[in-house]
Amino acid sequence: MNGEKNIIPRLGRRDFLKAATASALLISARPRPANATPESTLDAIGKATGSREPVMGRVNLTLPEIAENGSTVSLKVDVESPMTTDDYVQSVHIFADGNPLPEVADYYFGPHNGVAKLSIRMRLMQTQNVIAVAKMNNGDTYMASRMIKVTIGGCGG
Amino acid sequence: MTTDIKPRIRVPKSVKKGDVFEVKTLVTHLMESGQRPNKETGSKYPRDIINSFIVTYNAKEVLKATWHAAVSANPYTAFYVVAEESGPMVFTWIDDNGTSYSKEVPIIVAE
Repeated sequence: MNGEKNIIPRLGRRDFLKAATASALLISARPRPANATPESTLDAIGKATGSREPVMGRVNLTLPEIAENGSTVSLKVDVESPMTTDDYVQSVHIFADGNPLPEVADYYFGPHNGVAKLSIRMRLMQTQNVIAVAKMNNGDTYMASRMIKVTIGGCGG
Repeated sequence: MTTDIKPRIRVPKSVKKGDVFEVKTLVTHLMESGQRPNKETGSKYPRDIINSFIVTYNAKEVLKATWHAAVSANPYTAFYVVAEESGPMVFTWIDDNGTSYSKEVPIIVAE
């Protein structure tokens, strides 16, 4: 966990996603039809935010390290931003790179929110990375990624 | 499938103007992901989820969310809003069939 965090700046983000997903696939004992791939996750990030290469930082993820039940996993996303009319978070996009489809949810904010924070409960099919990407009003994109272990998958398979 | 829709909203009893307050929402919905296999027919149950969630406060949009199949059944979400004037906060959920469900909650702002 910590080791992964440390290598993020040295590896490219794309390499990190690839490596992290590869290790996730190795960890999961039963090979299951996970259709999302690092590439399709990057495509989804690009489609949602206009950038396939968000900068690491400013986004904080709160989620359990191990989810015993993948059908409801609590996630909190908190983006550092003054949320003024000149400088605010426009949207937050959540992805899971080991689910059949990488997209989880998209949230659209404005200065009227005061803080860019959200809570949600999501389904995770297997051990994988959860990624949140924040898009600022000036077009900059920031991201955070966390590996989460899933004991029982939550896609009803 | 989606006959029993019960939205539940929690907001503070009263807020001070300018304060940032949390809004918690829960709605009952099966959120059929479209991935679940029907063991008898071998095909998958068709997707039927709430795909949009929109919140207005004094008729101004304060949150819009798009949900995908990975959002849990009975979707819960929470977010924050700056208190301005007293007035209605209206929550709308729209599912794949185009059916929408709304709930209105008063926001009481103490000066």
